[in-house]
Amino acid sequence: MTTEIAERTHTLALAGVTKRFPTGTVALTDVSLSISPGEFVTVVGPSGCGKSTLLRLASGLETATSGTVEVSARATSYVFQDATLLEWRTALRNVELVGELRGVPREERRERARAALDLVGLSGFERQHPRQLSGGMRMRVSLARALVAEPDLALFDEPFGALDEITRLQMQTELQRIFRQERFAGLFITHSVSEAVYLSTRVLVMSGRPGRIVAEIPVPWDYPRPPELRHTPEFGELTGRVSAALGEHS
Amino acid sequence: MTTVESRVETPAPQAAEQPRAGAGALLRRAAPIVGALVGFLAAWYAVTYLVLPARQRFLLPPPHEVYGGVFSNPQLMAPMMEALGRSFAVALVGLVIAVVLGIAYAVVMSQWSWAEKILYPYAVILQTIPILALVPLIGIWLGYSFLARVAVCVIIALFPMIANTLFGLQSASAAAHDLFTLNKATRWQRLMKLQFPAAVPSIFTGLRNAAGLSVIGAIVGDYFFQQGAPGIGGLLRVYTQRLQMEALLTSVTLTALFGVVIFTIFAVLDRAVVGRWYGRVAR
Repeated sequence: MTTEIAERTHTLALAGVTKRFPTGTVALTDVSLSISPGEFVTVVGPSGCGKSTLLRLASGLETATSGTVEVSARATSYVFQDATLLEWRTALRNVELVGELRGVPREERRERARAALDLVGLSGFERQHPRQLSGGMRMRVSLARALVAEPDLALFDEPFGALDEITRLQMQTELQRIFRQERFAGLFITHSVSEAVYLSTRVLVMSGRPGRIVAEIPVPWDYPRPPELRHTPEFGELTGRVSAALGEHS
Repeated sequence: MTTVESRVETPAPQAAEQPRAGAGALLRRAAPIVGALVGFLAAWYAVTYLVLPARQRFLLPPPHEVYGGVFSNPQLMAPMMEALGRSFAVALVGLVIAVVLGIAYAVVMSQWSWAEKILYPYAVILQTIPILALVPLIGIWLGYSFLARVAVCVIIALFPMIANTLFGLQSASAAAHDLFTLNKATRWQRLMKLQFPAAVPSIFTGLRNAAGLSVIGAIVGDYFFQQGAPGIGGLLRVYTQRLQMEALLTSVTLTALFGVVIFTIFAVLDRAVVGRWYGRVAR
């Protein structure tokens, strides 16, 4: 795998990464992974296996205790577990925040924020405050905020975990459409096997703490994937393999 | 009295926004308030006429003598209202200073954890030290008039401002802070676009508490620092010394009403501003 990293240009490459917290907890041991442009990689693992730590390392919020983290992206976005919207700002102003912090002129950032809200299907909701929006819509605003920076690399930390099943399936379809349109490289954390398989080009399975990558399962289907794909025997067979890998190592 | 109130709650705004149903509903809502007032007056009369023997009745004259006698007597009412006005000025100046100082103090503490470690104990000491212990010092340092009264006011009103503002500044979620970190926000941006806006509801909670306390502070200040024209607290002392029970009870009532009015103003302001802040525009 290391040789592969040397040969190809990756958007994100982790090599032999270990993360030990000051408390002594080892969150990750010897994790290597790489994501190329246009790839959408999902990571599944039992809760507390260090999945979120993996994302925090990739985003630069944490630094690795040992090993290397290389990011070659012009812009990286991060989608949080909760929508993490600023309650006092409207949907539009929440999306605008990114441009504000980066010093983008008002007109430009407002226009881009509008376009991003449009992309996630929230045209007409620009002036609503988070409390006036449903859970699914709040998450859409959060996605818009991530997309407004036009990222090459997008990191997702179980963004749909708190949504109800119906909304969750809708959001998966939406995310797929957005991914196809925007062409960023994605790293998506989830604890849902079906979500992991449905969304990704490749599923990484992690073991319980300390987290390691124990299996890598490619997903063959082209995008766009119809929702009915979830009911096919092939889909069932693949989720079965992921579940089996999870079961062996949890 | 100066606890930090967390505001996770969003009291259902509908309750307040229901269309006015007829006079019946209004009556039903007013009934408990009127009932309590009637009960209070009845108890007062009972104490005056049934509990106190006739020769001690001057200790608690009946309500109609207290209020009837004083309100109809401009010689008593005029100085009382003037004094109330002076106390109001003290309370207002004290409150403004407490708000500015309190927010500044909390902002400094929120920016550096070492600053919080150093400064917070002093805020707590300010809160716990009895104002009586400080009165002689304040008098010696600031004289015995307006300035000293304001100082008492500030000392009493400051802590809830500090505590609530700090609580608010620290209330933004870790994820929200991560969002700012990932977008390379400066310290100033983080303060102005995240911490301060997140603190607005708590600041208003602090303001509400501080406003109520500033009234107490003004009256306590009047009471101790009697140089210059008297505030209502100064009159309280005079009436006590002369055993003018009617005037004393009336001025106590006025101070209570004064506090209620100030508290209500800030409670209404709080609801309006904080409601708007989160996008439920009360109409």
